[in-house]
Amino acid sequence: MAFTFAAFCYMLALLLTAALIFFAIWHIIAFDELKTDYKNPIDQCNTLNPTVDRVKKIKRVRLALKLVLPEYLIHVFFCVMFLCAAEWLTLGLNMPLLSYHIWRYMSRPVMSGPGLYDPTTIMNADILAYCQKEGWCKLAFYLLSFFYYLYGMIYVLVSS
Amino acid sequence: MPKKFMIFGQKWSCISFCGDSSSTTTGSASPVPNSYEYVEGGGYSGTSLQYLAAPPTSVPAKQAPPFGYNYPTMHPAYQQNPAPRPDSSPSHGGYNPPGYQPYSQPFPSLSELSSALGGLGGVSELEAETLRPVNLLQERNILPPKYTPPPEPNLSNDLRKVNCSPDTFRCTLTNIPQTQALLNKARLPLGLLLHPFRDLTQLPVITSNTIVRCRSCRTYINPFVSFLDQRRWKRNLCYRVNDVPDEFMYNPVTRSYGEPHKRPEVQNSTVEFIASSDYMLRPPQPAVYLFVLDVSHNAVESGYLNVFCQSLLDNLEKLPGDTRTRIGFVTFDSTVHFYNLQEGLSQPQMLVVSDIDDVFIPTHDNLLVNLKESKELVKDLLNALPGMFTHTRETQSALGPALQAAYKLMCPTGGRVSVFQTQLPTLGAGLLQSREDPNLRSSTKNVQHLGPATDFYKKLALDCSGQQIGVDLFLLSSQYSDLASLACVSKYSAGSVFYYPSFHHVHNTAQSQKFQKDLQRYLTRKIGFEAVMRIRCTKGLSIHTFHGNFFVRSTDLLSLANVNPDSGFAVQMSIEGSLADTSLACFQAALLYTSSKGKRRIRVHTLCLPVVSQLSEVFAGADIQAITCLLANMAIDRSISSSLSDARDALVNAVVDCLTAYRANGSNIQPSGLITPAALRLFPLYVLALLKQKALRTGTSTRLDERVFSMCELKCQPLLQIMRMAHPDLYRIDNMTDQVTHIHTGSVIPQPHLLQLTAEKLTREGAFLMDCGSVMFLWLGKCCNETFIRDVLGYPNYASLPSNMTEIPELQTMYSERTRAFISWLLESRTFHPAFHVVKDDTSAKTSFFQHLVEDRTESAFSYYEFLLHIQQQMSK
Repeated sequence: MAFTFAAFCYMLALLLTAALIFFAIWHIIAFDELKTDYKNPIDQCNTLNPTVDRVKKIKRVRLALKLVLPEYLIHVFFCVMFLCAAEWLTLGLNMPLLSYHIWRYMSRPVMSGPGLYDPTTIMNADILAYCQKEGWCKLAFYLLSFFYYLYGMIYVLVSS
Repeated sequence: MPKKFMIFGQKWSCISFCGDSSSTTTGSASPVPNSYEYVEGGGYSGTSLQYLAAPPTSVPAKQAPPFGYNYPTMHPAYQQNPAPRPDSSPSHGGYNPPGYQPYSQPFPSLSELSSALGGLGGVSELEAETLRPVNLLQERNILPPKYTPPPEPNLSNDLRKVNCSPDTFRCTLTNIPQTQALLNKARLPLGLLLHPFRDLTQLPVITSNTIVRCRSCRTYINPFVSFLDQRRWKRNLCYRVNDVPDEFMYNPVTRSYGEPHKRPEVQNSTVEFIASSDYMLRPPQPAVYLFVLDVSHNAVESGYLNVFCQSLLDNLEKLPGDTRTRIGFVTFDSTVHFYNLQEGLSQPQMLVVSDIDDVFIPTHDNLLVNLKESKELVKDLLNALPGMFTHTRETQSALGPALQAAYKLMCPTGGRVSVFQTQLPTLGAGLLQSREDPNLRSSTKNVQHLGPATDFYKKLALDCSGQQIGVDLFLLSSQYSDLASLACVSKYSAGSVFYYPSFHHVHNTAQSQKFQKDLQRYLTRKIGFEAVMRIRCTKGLSIHTFHGNFFVRSTDLLSLANVNPDSGFAVQMSIEGSLADTSLACFQAALLYTSSKGKRRIRVHTLCLPVVSQLSEVFAGADIQAITCLLANMAIDRSISSSLSDARDALVNAVVDCLTAYRANGSNIQPSGLITPAALRLFPLYVLALLKQKALRTGTSTRLDERVFSMCELKCQPLLQIMRMAHPDLYRIDNMTDQVTHIHTGSVIPQPHLLQLTAEKLTREGAFLMDCGSVMFLWLGKCCNETFIRDVLGYPNYASLPSNMTEIPELQTMYSERTRAFISWLLESRTFHPAFHVVKDDTSAKTSFFQHLVEDRTESAFSYYEFLLHIQQQMSK
């Protein structure tokens, strides 16, 4: 029983996945709000996309970190951690989501700031349905991976 | 299936309807639809028996002799025999009201809602005609000889009389399928085509304290509600029972009391209400017009400023508005110029802002001035403006900063910004690079850069939309100006886009004339500010996607900063629940706007259609023109979001799927040939025409801007205009006689027949008029009748005709009068005058005429017959 780097990775991933689960739930709620008219698409996209506020005169770019990018960054972060810890199976399991994230970000609509969602097309029924489905799938994935990390952590702790 | 349209997209919950319909529906309506279904089934089997008795092989015999049904050329026969009148040959007209009438007579007086579906006999008669199988490979002459009205919904006469005009409100399927499964089986798109703010000659305007609406889903009262008794009415969308308010008992038209069903809102399906202050977020704002003009060297060179200033001077009095109307001007080259027009100044004062990175408004008042008070100054400015920049050497264009300035200027009130741009924006925010590679104009591979290069214009448009500012774009450039990016500024702020390629006031007179006429219409047309449009429909139907220029604010609400009478909208629908418990489906579009006189008004259109349970009835009710327009809209979305070739494949697949579905449905049809129901016989032709549109064609050299403009037009023009663009009307006009005529407002209008769009129909002896909506061609054959040339065009013979004639002179001959009467009759219902070109057969201009002959083969595209074979091949896969 020893506290290895791999065990540390699993613990970190466990905590971060918990955060991601909350993100996914928030994502689902956000799109549900759109669908049921609670919110204006412009406002909603502004909360979903990280907004860049250019403060006049000072010319300082302040990145108000919002939802999409943090989620992607957190996921990339613990993927890198697993890479360092040489946990190949776990890394492999995360690869599909990682590549999906990269593809999703590459094929986003033309935008000057960072972000994924375009208020002019978000109300299109197909896109809205797609985003909702995406939210549910991610929630399921994160929940499963949460338990997998728990198992992985214990396994690493016990076996070493 | 990546290359098919998601016609039948995912379901989503529709929230605008009352949930509690179950208790109220069962009362009086449900037993009758059941019996109807029973009767309907019987009627249908009768129809299919008819088919068996009269197999399709006998159909060509019904064809009128002069049209023939084989492929050989047939001009001589066509010329000599006046073609039969459509009402004498049922195979042309599509619908045959005289034949239908007697059948519906036995069942006329049932005025209740549930009996609204016409008689049994009528149904089968109508279906027999629209479902008559047509073998496209054998029947050549499927084009009706004159304009056919859209199919009429199969409703009782009472309801049909009050139903919304098809010019305003059309549905792709006039028989709504009961379930999504049935719709999927038919493989046809379900959607609405709307022209909500159309100029109307007759419109009941209602002023009342309470506008009667359903308590829960907020639908306006309409002719299709049912009154349970004197005091209660039942909604036709959610079936909720509502109370009739006291005021509604009084009828202002007949001045009688106690007859709520005689009120104008129950007698007309298009009405306008004067809204109370409940319908306002802020007091109605004055009409505010801001003109943003490009004055760089390029713009001055093209000479548009003269035309614009003159037009505005002429129409200054006619700008819609009241005493509060305000007007302002901004010009820009590499700097932005404002004009102080304060009343009392001796001459307009020009203020230059050169800090385009952070543009600001130099003075907050007097840049937008009251038109009435400062009229003299405005006139001075308009007179001086063309001369002010004649010697400019400024070639840069700071469009982005100018638009930002316009936005800041208009923020407090909202209104209309008209932008005139002549080149690619090269300075400041929103600058664009040339993205077009001229070598790829005619590539058959994918066309790049159909989407915007930057989201600057879109963001600006959204800001504008939020502040109720509509931006209209006039692009008058000879070079690539990236319309794909620029058009976004109008697209999302509910504006309109006008494009005049290679505009020059001297070198291109046709274009210049068109610009002048368009401006005349643009400046004087009706306008609505701060508008929103909501579309409600019967519970079970829901909105899938909107097409047009607007910003979608929620699932069924469009935000339109400006609304103009020339723009149309398309809506894709999906069937979310079952419509089995109802016999009628209703759609209501309500447009709430502030008129230019500062009145808040609501224009309500209601359309009512029958619901059917049989696949054959769905086919029978297909409105092919509406389907074509909706498909065009979907294809354009697809070509921007995915690729042009995907969109083209999806269009072809739409035809293939639909015809396969029809073949799978009707087992009594012989397998060979390409069989369509008569209602859909034009479907392959129209799709082929769409594929040869500038917007969607490949292989033929098309400039990127022209392609994008064509896409913009397909997205936001009303249906009739789109149909003329896609499938122009061709007439032979040198041998028009007074025999086949139509008397219209006292004058005699000759009615030549519509010809198929193929060079086969053209003869060297003839003169042919082609009407493409925004442009008209008069094509003259080499051996054209000299009397025609002399009497109509005023030249002695063919050789002396100039090659760039752009109008028909007013000559005092019978020939000329007849021709002009016909052309003005064509133009009558149109708001924008088309450009007119006289095309001689030997000039280079003839390619622009021949490219519209969509049935002919081109180097890169199928002929009509080849296309049919291609479809057949796809179907047999």
